[in-house]
Amino acid sequence: MAALVAADIPRGAFVNLGIGLPTLVADHLAADSGVVLHTENGMLNMGPAAHGEQIDPDLTNAGKVPVTELPGASYFHHADSFAMMRGGHLDICVLGGFQVSAAGDLANWHTGEPDAIPAVGGAMDLAIGARRVFVMMTLFTKTGEPKLVPRCTYPLTGLACVDRVYTDHAVFELGARGVVVRETFGMGVEELAERLEVPLSGFASAEPGRDEA
Amino acid sequence: MTTRLCADAAEAVAGIQDGATVLVGGFGMAGMPVALIDALIRQGAEDLTIVSNNAGNGDTGLAALLAERRVRKVICSFPRQSDSYVFDALYRAGEIELEVVPQGTLAERMRAAGAGIGAFYCPTGVGTPLAEGKETRVIDGRAHVLEYPIRGDVALIGAHRADRMGNLVYRKTARNFGPVMATAATLVVAQVREVVEIGGIDPETVVTPGIYVDRVFVDQVLEDRVSQEARAC
Repeated sequence: MAALVAADIPRGAFVNLGIGLPTLVADHLAADSGVVLHTENGMLNMGPAAHGEQIDPDLTNAGKVPVTELPGASYFHHADSFAMMRGGHLDICVLGGFQVSAAGDLANWHTGEPDAIPAVGGAMDLAIGARRVFVMMTLFTKTGEPKLVPRCTYPLTGLACVDRVYTDHAVFELGARGVVVRETFGMGVEELAERLEVPLSGFASAEPGRDEA
Repeated sequence: MTTRLCADAAEAVAGIQDGATVLVGGFGMAGMPVALIDALIRQGAEDLTIVSNNAGNGDTGLAALLAERRVRKVICSFPRQSDSYVFDALYRAGEIELEVVPQGTLAERMRAAGAGIGAFYCPTGVGTPLAEGKETRVIDGRAHVLEYPIRGDVALIGAHRADRMGNLVYRKTARNFGPVMATAATLVVAQVREVVEIGGIDPETVVTPGIYVDRVFVDQVLEDRVSQEARAC
Protein backbone atom coordinates (compact mmCIF):
# COMPACT_ATOMS: atom_id res chain seq x y z
CA MET A 1 0.00 0.00 0.00
CA ALA A 2 2.76 2.41 1.00
CA ALA A 3 4.69 1.61 -2.18
CA LEU A 4 1.61 2.35 -4.30
CA VAL A 5 1.06 5.71 -2.64
CA ALA A 6 4.73 6.58 -3.04
CA ALA A 7 4.58 5.72 -6.76
CA ASP A 8 1.61 8.07 -7.20
CA ILE A 9 3.31 11.08 -5.63
CA PRO A 10 4.53 13.38 -8.40
CA ARG A 11 8.16 14.40 -8.51
CA GLY A 12 8.93 17.49 -6.51
CA ALA A 13 5.61 17.53 -4.64
CA PHE A 14 5.25 19.06 -1.18
CA VAL A 15 3.74 16.29 0.93
CA ASN A 16 2.62 15.74 4.52
CA LEU A 17 2.51 12.14 5.73
CA GLY A 18 0.15 11.61 8.67
CA ILE A 19 0.92 9.53 11.74
CA GLY A 20 0.51 5.74 11.45
CA LEU A 21 0.34 3.90 8.11
CA PRO A 22 1.15 7.01 6.02
CA THR A 23 4.55 7.32 7.72
CA LEU A 24 5.60 4.17 5.84
CA VAL A 25 5.28 5.97 2.49
CA ALA A 26 8.55 7.82 3.12
CA ASP A 27 10.52 4.54 2.91
CA HIS A 28 9.25 4.01 -0.64
CA LEU A 29 10.03 7.42 -2.10
CA ALA A 30 12.92 7.28 -4.56
CA ALA A 31 16.03 9.13 -3.40
CA ASP A 32 15.86 11.36 -6.48
CA SER A 33 12.08 11.97 -6.30
CA GLY A 34 12.60 15.54 -5.15
CA VAL A 35 9.54 15.13 -2.90
CA VAL A 36 9.69 17.57 0.01
CA LEU A 37 8.17 16.28 3.23
CA HIS A 38 6.34 18.74 5.47
CA THR A 39 5.85 18.05 9.16
CA GLU A 40 3.20 20.18 10.83
CA ASN A 41 5.33 20.87 13.89
CA GLY A 42 7.29 23.24 11.71
CA MET A 43 9.64 21.86 9.09
CA LEU A 44 10.03 21.35 5.35
CA ASN A 45 12.41 18.82 3.80
CA MET A 46 12.34 16.49 6.74
CA GLY A 47 14.73 13.54 6.52
CA PRO A 48 14.43 9.93 7.73
CA ALA A 49 14.14 8.88 11.38
CA ALA A 50 17.21 9.65 13.50
CA HIS A 51 19.24 6.90 15.10
CA GLY A 52 22.02 6.82 17.69
CA GLU A 53 24.08 9.99 17.71
CA GLN A 54 21.76 11.66 15.19
CA ILE A 55 19.01 11.91 17.81
CA ASP A 56 18.37 15.52 18.75
CA PRO A 57 15.54 16.35 21.21
CA ASP A 58 14.94 19.60 19.29
CA LEU A 59 14.22 17.77 16.02
CA THR A 60 11.14 15.56 15.87
CA ASN A 61 8.28 14.83 13.52
CA ALA A 62 4.57 15.29 14.27
CA GLY A 63 4.56 11.90 16.00
CA LYS A 64 7.31 13.21 18.33
CA VAL A 65 9.76 10.71 16.81
CA PRO A 66 13.35 12.02 16.40
CA VAL A 67 14.07 12.72 12.73
CA THR A 68 16.81 14.27 10.60
CA GLU A 69 16.96 17.25 8.27
CA LEU A 70 17.87 17.18 4.58
CA PRO A 71 19.88 19.89 2.81
CA GLY A 72 17.54 22.77 2.01
CA ALA A 73 15.35 22.16 5.06
CA SER A 74 13.56 25.07 6.70
CA TYR A 75 11.94 25.64 10.08
CA PHE A 76 8.89 27.78 10.92
CA HIS A 77 6.41 28.25 13.74
CA HIS A 78 3.05 26.56 14.10
CA ALA A 79 0.88 29.37 12.73
CA ASP A 80 3.01 29.47 9.56
CA SER A 81 3.01 25.69 9.30
CA PHE A 82 -0.78 25.51 9.28
CA ALA A 83 -1.12 28.59 7.08
CA MET A 84 0.88 26.55 4.55
CA MET A 85 -1.87 23.92 4.62
CA ARG A 86 -4.97 26.07 4.70
CA GLY A 87 -3.46 28.41 2.15
CA GLY A 88 -3.33 25.58 -0.40
CA HIS A 89 0.46 25.39 -0.65
CA LEU A 90 0.76 21.71 0.24
CA ASP A 91 0.25 19.44 -2.79
CA ILE A 92 -0.72 16.21 -1.04
CA CYS A 93 -1.35 14.87 2.40
CA VAL A 94 -1.69 11.20 3.21
CA LEU A 95 -3.87 10.36 6.19
CA GLY A 96 -5.12 7.27 7.98
CA GLY A 97 -8.86 6.68 8.20
CA PHE A 98 -11.56 5.01 10.29
CA GLN A 99 -14.17 5.65 7.58
CA VAL A 100 -14.43 7.46 4.25
CA SER A 101 -17.80 8.19 2.66
CA ALA A 102 -18.62 8.01 -1.03
CA ALA A 103 -18.78 11.82 -1.04
CA GLY A 104 -15.22 12.01 0.34
CA ASP A 105 -16.08 12.79 3.96
CA LEU A 106 -13.35 11.59 6.30
CA ALA A 107 -13.62 10.24 9.85
CA ASN A 108 -10.24 9.54 11.41
CA TRP A 109 -9.96 11.22 14.81
CA HIS A 110 -12.60 9.96 17.19
CA THR A 111 -14.42 6.66 17.60
CA GLY A 112 -17.35 8.44 19.23
CA GLU A 113 -17.29 6.06 22.19
CA PRO A 114 -18.46 7.82 25.35
CA ASP A 115 -15.29 7.24 27.37
CA ALA A 116 -12.90 7.99 24.52
CA ILE A 117 -10.81 11.11 25.06
CA PRO A 118 -11.09 13.25 21.94
CA ALA A 119 -7.76 14.26 20.39
CA VAL A 120 -7.64 15.79 16.93
CA GLY A 121 -4.12 17.16 16.50
CA GLY A 122 -3.63 18.48 12.98
CA ALA A 123 -5.95 16.04 11.20
CA MET A 124 -8.78 18.49 10.50
CA ASP A 125 -6.42 21.17 9.21
CA LEU A 126 -4.67 18.69 6.91
CA ALA A 127 -7.92 17.19 5.65
CA ILE A 128 -9.30 20.49 4.39
CA GLY A 129 -6.01 22.24 3.68
CA ALA A 130 -3.93 20.05 1.38
CA ARG A 131 -4.74 20.35 -2.32
CA ARG A 132 -5.21 16.59 -2.57
CA VAL A 133 -5.95 14.17 0.25
CA PHE A 134 -5.04 10.49 0.02
CA VAL A 135 -6.31 8.10 2.69
CA MET A 136 -4.59 4.79 3.52
CA MET A 137 -6.65 2.25 5.42
CA THR A 138 -7.73 -1.38 5.43
CA LEU A 139 -10.97 -1.71 3.46
CA PHE A 140 -12.72 -3.67 6.20
CA THR A 141 -12.69 -3.58 9.98
CA LYS A 142 -11.46 -6.60 11.92
CA THR A 143 -15.10 -7.76 12.08
CA GLY A 144 -15.55 -7.36 8.32
CA GLU A 145 -17.49 -4.08 8.21
CA PRO A 146 -16.64 -1.88 5.22
CA LYS A 147 -14.78 1.35 5.98
CA LEU A 148 -15.70 2.90 2.63
CA VAL A 149 -19.32 3.75 3.41
CA PRO A 150 -22.35 5.67 2.07
CA ARG A 151 -22.23 7.97 5.14
CA CYS A 152 -19.70 8.06 7.97
CA THR A 153 -21.08 7.01 11.34
CA TYR A 154 -18.00 8.14 13.28
CA PRO A 155 -17.53 11.86 14.06
CA LEU A 156 -16.19 13.65 10.98
CA THR A 157 -12.73 15.09 10.44
CA GLY A 158 -13.61 16.93 7.23
CA LEU A 159 -16.37 17.20 4.63
CA ALA A 160 -15.86 16.11 1.00
CA CYS A 161 -12.09 16.31 1.35
CA VAL A 162 -10.77 12.87 0.29
CA ASP A 163 -9.59 12.45 -3.31
CA ARG A 164 -8.31 8.90 -3.24
CA VAL A 165 -8.46 5.87 -0.93
CA TYR A 166 -5.70 3.25 -0.86
CA THR A 167 -6.76 -0.01 0.73
CA ASP A 168 -5.50 -3.59 0.94
CA HIS A 169 -8.08 -4.71 -1.68
CA ALA A 170 -8.37 -1.77 -4.08
CA VAL A 171 -7.60 1.87 -4.81
CA PHE A 172 -10.61 4.16 -5.20
CA GLU A 173 -10.82 7.58 -6.80
CA LEU A 174 -13.51 9.86 -5.33
CA GLY A 175 -14.92 12.81 -7.23
CA ALA A 176 -17.59 14.07 -9.59
CA ARG A 177 -17.95 10.60 -11.13
CA GLY A 178 -18.65 9.05 -7.75
CA VAL A 179 -16.48 6.19 -6.48
CA VAL A 180 -14.27 4.91 -9.28
CA VAL A 181 -12.25 1.73 -8.82
CA ARG A 182 -8.72 2.51 -9.96
CA GLU A 183 -7.12 -0.86 -9.34
CA THR A 184 -7.81 -4.01 -7.36
CA PHE A 185 -5.65 -6.58 -5.59
CA GLY A 186 -7.03 -10.11 -5.45
CA MET A 187 -10.64 -9.06 -5.07
CA GLY A 188 -12.62 -8.48 -8.31
CA VAL A 189 -14.79 -5.43 -8.94
CA GLU A 190 -17.95 -7.59 -8.73
CA GLU A 191 -17.01 -8.88 -5.30
CA LEU A 192 -16.12 -5.36 -4.18
CA ALA A 193 -19.51 -4.11 -5.39
CA GLU A 194 -21.15 -6.91 -3.45
CA ARG A 195 -19.34 -6.27 -0.18
CA LEU A 196 -19.51 -2.47 -0.26
CA GLU A 197 -22.73 -0.50 0.12
CA VAL A 198 -21.46 2.35 -2.04
CA PRO A 199 -22.16 2.38 -5.78
CA LEU A 200 -18.96 1.84 -7.76
CA SER A 201 -18.93 3.60 -11.10
CA GLY A 202 -16.64 2.26 -13.74
CA PHE A 203 -13.06 1.08 -13.61
CA ALA A 204 -10.18 3.42 -14.27
CA SER A 205 -6.87 1.87 -15.19
CA ALA A 206 -4.10 2.95 -12.90
CA GLU A 207 -1.03 4.61 -14.18
CA PRO A 208 1.08 4.89 -11.08
CA GLY A 209 3.47 7.76 -11.07
CA ARG A 210 1.77 9.51 -13.95
CA ASP A 211 -0.41 11.82 -11.92
CA GLU A 212 -0.33 15.44 -12.81
CA ALA A 213 1.37 17.53 -10.21
CA MET B 1 9.07 47.48 28.89
CA THR B 2 12.65 46.32 29.03
CA THR B 3 13.19 42.59 29.25
CA ARG B 4 14.29 41.43 32.68
CA LEU B 5 16.93 38.74 33.05
CA CYS B 6 15.79 36.61 35.99
CA ALA B 7 18.28 35.14 38.45
CA ASP B 8 16.17 32.07 39.09
CA ALA B 9 13.02 30.31 37.92
CA ALA B 10 11.00 31.52 40.95
CA GLU B 11 11.59 35.13 39.88
CA ALA B 12 10.65 34.20 36.32
CA VAL B 13 7.17 32.99 37.32
CA ALA B 14 6.54 35.44 40.19
CA GLY B 15 3.14 37.10 40.23
CA ILE B 16 1.16 34.51 38.27
CA GLN B 17 -2.33 34.76 39.74
CA ASP B 18 -4.93 32.15 40.61
CA GLY B 19 -7.34 31.70 37.71
CA ALA B 20 -4.77 32.80 35.10
CA THR B 21 -4.78 31.55 31.53
CA VAL B 22 -1.27 30.23 30.87
CA LEU B 23 -0.01 29.49 27.35
CA VAL B 24 2.63 26.76 27.52
CA GLY B 25 4.94 26.22 24.53
CA GLY B 26 6.38 22.97 23.27
CA PHE B 27 5.37 20.04 21.11
CA GLY B 28 6.07 16.92 23.09
CA MET B 29 9.32 17.75 24.86
CA ALA B 30 10.71 19.89 22.03
CA GLY B 31 10.49 23.50 23.19
CA MET B 32 8.77 22.58 26.45
CA PRO B 33 9.75 25.07 29.20
CA VAL B 34 10.07 22.39 31.87
CA ALA B 35 11.98 24.53 34.40
CA LEU B 36 9.30 27.24 34.23
CA ILE B 37 6.49 24.71 34.71
CA ASP B 38 8.34 23.24 37.70
CA ALA B 39 8.69 26.77 39.09
CA LEU B 40 4.96 27.39 38.55
CA ILE B 41 4.23 24.23 40.55
CA ARG B 42 6.32 25.60 43.43
CA GLN B 43 4.85 29.10 43.01
CA GLY B 44 1.39 27.83 43.89
CA ALA B 45 -1.09 29.52 41.50
CA GLU B 46 -4.21 27.41 41.08
CA ASP B 47 -7.48 27.25 39.14
CA LEU B 48 -5.41 27.72 35.98
CA THR B 49 -6.45 27.38 32.35
CA ILE B 50 -3.59 25.82 30.40
CA VAL B 51 -3.32 26.32 26.64
CA SER B 52 -0.81 23.94 25.07
CA ASN B 53 -0.65 21.43 22.23
CA ASN B 54 -0.77 18.45 24.60
CA ALA B 55 -2.02 17.82 28.11
CA GLY B 56 1.15 16.48 29.69
CA ASN B 57 3.19 13.29 29.45
CA GLY B 58 4.47 10.95 32.13
CA ASP B 59 4.83 12.47 35.59
CA THR B 60 6.83 15.62 34.91
CA GLY B 61 6.17 19.10 33.53
CA LEU B 62 2.51 19.77 32.68
CA ALA B 63 1.48 16.35 33.97
CA ALA B 64 2.95 17.21 37.39
CA LEU B 65 1.03 20.52 37.43
CA LEU B 66 -2.17 18.63 36.60
CA ALA B 67 -1.45 16.01 39.26
CA GLU B 68 -1.26 18.83 41.84
CA ARG B 69 -4.89 19.70 40.92
CA ARG B 70 -3.92 23.20 39.93
CA VAL B 71 -5.53 23.21 36.51
CA ARG B 72 -9.25 23.81 35.97
CA LYS B 73 -9.26 23.58 32.21
CA VAL B 74 -7.00 22.49 29.36
CA ILE B 75 -7.32 23.91 25.85
CA CYS B 76 -5.26 21.76 23.48
CA SER B 77 -5.31 19.83 20.20
CA PHE B 78 -4.10 16.43 21.36
CA PRO B 79 -4.58 15.42 25.02
CA ARG B 80 -4.54 11.67 24.49
CA GLN B 81 -1.10 10.09 24.25
CA SER B 82 0.40 6.79 25.30
CA ASP B 83 1.67 8.31 28.54
CA SER B 84 -0.94 11.00 29.27
CA TYR B 85 -2.31 8.97 32.19
CA VAL B 86 -2.45 11.91 34.61
CA PHE B 87 -4.73 13.90 32.33
CA ASP B 88 -6.72 10.81 31.31
CA ALA B 89 -7.57 9.95 34.94
CA LEU B 90 -8.61 13.52 35.81
CA TYR B 91 -10.73 13.78 32.65
CA ARG B 92 -12.49 10.47 33.19
CA ALA B 93 -13.19 11.46 36.81
CA GLY B 94 -14.77 14.69 35.54
CA GLU B 95 -12.21 16.75 37.45
CA ILE B 96 -10.82 18.74 34.55
CA GLU B 97 -12.42 20.61 31.65
CA LEU B 98 -11.19 20.00 28.12
CA GLU B 99 -11.57 22.11 25.00
CA VAL B 100 -10.17 20.33 21.96
CA VAL B 101 -9.12 22.69 19.16
CA PRO B 102 -7.66 21.68 15.78
CA GLN B 103 -3.93 22.30 15.95
CA GLY B 104 -3.81 24.95 13.25
CA THR B 105 -6.83 26.74 14.67
CA LEU B 106 -5.19 26.69 18.11
CA ALA B 107 -2.12 28.41 16.68
CA GLU B 108 -4.17 30.86 14.62
CA ARG B 109 -6.44 31.82 17.54
CA MET B 110 -3.32 32.81 19.50
CA ARG B 111 -1.86 34.55 16.45
CA ALA B 112 -5.11 36.53 16.18
CA ALA B 113 -4.86 37.54 19.85
CA GLY B 114 -1.29 38.70 19.35
CA ALA B 115 -2.10 40.55 16.14
CA GLY B 116 -5.17 42.38 17.43
CA ILE B 117 -7.65 40.51 15.25
CA GLY B 118 -11.18 40.35 16.71
CA ALA B 119 -12.09 36.94 15.23
CA PHE B 120 -11.60 35.10 11.95
CA TYR B 121 -13.46 32.71 9.65
CA CYS B 122 -11.64 29.42 9.20
CA PRO B 123 -12.53 26.43 6.99
CA THR B 124 -11.07 23.88 9.42
CA GLY B 125 -13.61 21.77 11.30
CA VAL B 126 -16.69 22.63 9.24
CA GLY B 127 -19.25 19.84 9.56
CA THR B 128 -17.44 18.23 12.50
CA PRO B 129 -18.32 18.09 16.22
CA LEU B 130 -15.71 20.80 16.89
CA ALA B 131 -17.76 23.35 14.92
CA GLU B 132 -21.02 22.64 16.74
CA GLY B 133 -22.61 25.77 18.14
CA LYS B 134 -20.23 28.04 16.25
CA GLU B 135 -21.30 30.66 13.74
CA THR B 136 -20.60 29.62 10.15
CA ARG B 137 -20.56 31.59 6.93
CA VAL B 138 -20.07 30.67 3.29
CA ILE B 139 -17.27 32.75 1.79
CA ASP B 140 -16.34 32.32 -1.88
CA GLY B 141 -18.49 29.18 -2.00
CA ARG B 142 -16.77 27.54 0.94
CA ALA B 143 -18.11 27.15 4.48
CA HIS B 144 -16.08 28.69 7.30
CA VAL B 145 -16.37 28.65 11.11
CA LEU B 146 -16.02 31.81 13.19
CA GLU B 147 -13.12 31.42 15.62
CA TYR B 148 -12.23 33.79 18.45
CA PRO B 149 -8.74 34.68 19.71
CA ILE B 150 -7.11 32.94 22.67
CA ARG B 151 -5.24 35.43 24.82
CA GLY B 152 -3.06 34.40 27.73
CA ASP B 153 -2.38 36.21 30.97
CA VAL B 154 0.98 34.48 30.85
CA ALA B 155 3.02 32.63 28.23
CA LEU B 156 5.77 30.23 29.28
CA ILE B 157 7.93 29.33 26.29
CA GLY B 158 11.21 27.61 25.56
CA ALA B 159 13.76 29.14 23.18
CA HIS B 160 17.39 28.43 22.33
CA ARG B 161 19.14 31.74 22.88
CA ALA B 162 18.25 35.25 24.02
CA ASP B 163 20.14 38.51 24.06
CA ARG B 164 19.74 41.05 26.84
CA MET B 165 17.08 42.87 24.78
CA GLY B 166 14.92 39.72 24.93
CA ASN B 167 15.35 38.91 21.23
CA LEU B 168 14.95 35.17 20.80
CA VAL B 169 16.14 32.49 18.43
CA TYR B 170 14.84 28.94 18.52
CA ARG B 171 16.37 25.68 17.39
CA LYS B 172 14.90 23.29 14.80
CA THR B 173 11.37 22.02 15.52
CA ALA B 174 11.58 23.25 19.12
CA ARG B 175 10.36 26.57 17.67
CA ASN B 176 6.77 25.25 17.27
CA PHE B 177 4.30 27.36 19.34
CA GLY B 178 6.89 29.68 20.95
CA PRO B 179 6.82 32.61 18.52
CA VAL B 180 3.02 32.70 18.38
CA MET B 181 2.51 32.39 22.15
CA ALA B 182 5.10 35.14 22.71
CA THR B 183 2.76 37.58 20.96
CA ALA B 184 -0.43 36.49 22.69
CA ALA B 185 0.05 36.98 26.45
CA THR B 186 0.31 39.91 28.86
CA LEU B 187 3.37 38.46 30.61
CA VAL B 188 5.80 36.49 28.44
CA VAL B 189 8.52 34.41 30.07
CA ALA B 190 11.16 32.63 28.00
CA GLN B 191 13.34 29.81 29.24
CA VAL B 192 16.55 29.76 27.20
CA ARG B 193 19.84 27.86 27.13
CA GLU B 194 22.00 30.94 27.00
CA VAL B 195 21.88 34.71 27.07
CA VAL B 196 24.30 36.71 24.94
CA GLU B 197 25.19 40.39 25.06
CA ILE B 198 23.29 42.97 23.02
CA GLY B 199 24.50 42.60 19.44
CA GLY B 200 25.27 38.92 19.99
CA ILE B 201 22.38 37.81 17.78
CA ASP B 202 22.37 38.75 14.11
CA PRO B 203 19.25 40.95 13.72
CA GLU B 204 18.42 39.10 10.47
CA THR B 205 17.99 35.85 12.39
CA VAL B 206 15.85 37.09 15.30
CA VAL B 207 12.58 35.11 15.32
CA THR B 208 10.86 36.70 18.32
CA PRO B 209 11.75 40.38 18.73
CA GLY B 210 12.36 41.45 22.32
CA ILE B 211 9.29 43.71 22.38
CA TYR B 212 7.23 40.60 23.11
CA VAL B 213 9.43 39.18 25.86
CA ASP B 214 9.14 40.35 29.48
CA ARG B 215 11.37 37.93 31.35
CA VAL B 216 14.21 35.60 30.40
CA PHE B 217 15.53 32.76 32.49
CA VAL B 218 18.59 30.63 31.66
CA ASP B 219 18.00 26.99 32.53
CA GLN B 220 21.34 25.44 33.43
CA VAL B 221 19.95 21.91 33.48
CA LEU B 222 18.67 22.26 29.96
CA GLU B 223 21.98 23.78 28.92
CA ASP B 224 23.80 20.70 30.22
CA ARG B 225 21.59 18.43 28.14
CA VAL B 226 22.42 20.15 24.91
CA SER B 227 25.18 18.48 22.93
CA GLN B 228 28.33 20.25 21.84
CA GLU B 229 27.05 20.16 18.30
CA ALA B 230 23.81 21.84 19.29
CA ARG B 231 25.67 24.70 20.96
CA ALA B 232 27.49 25.39 17.74
CA CYS B 233 24.27 26.17 15.84
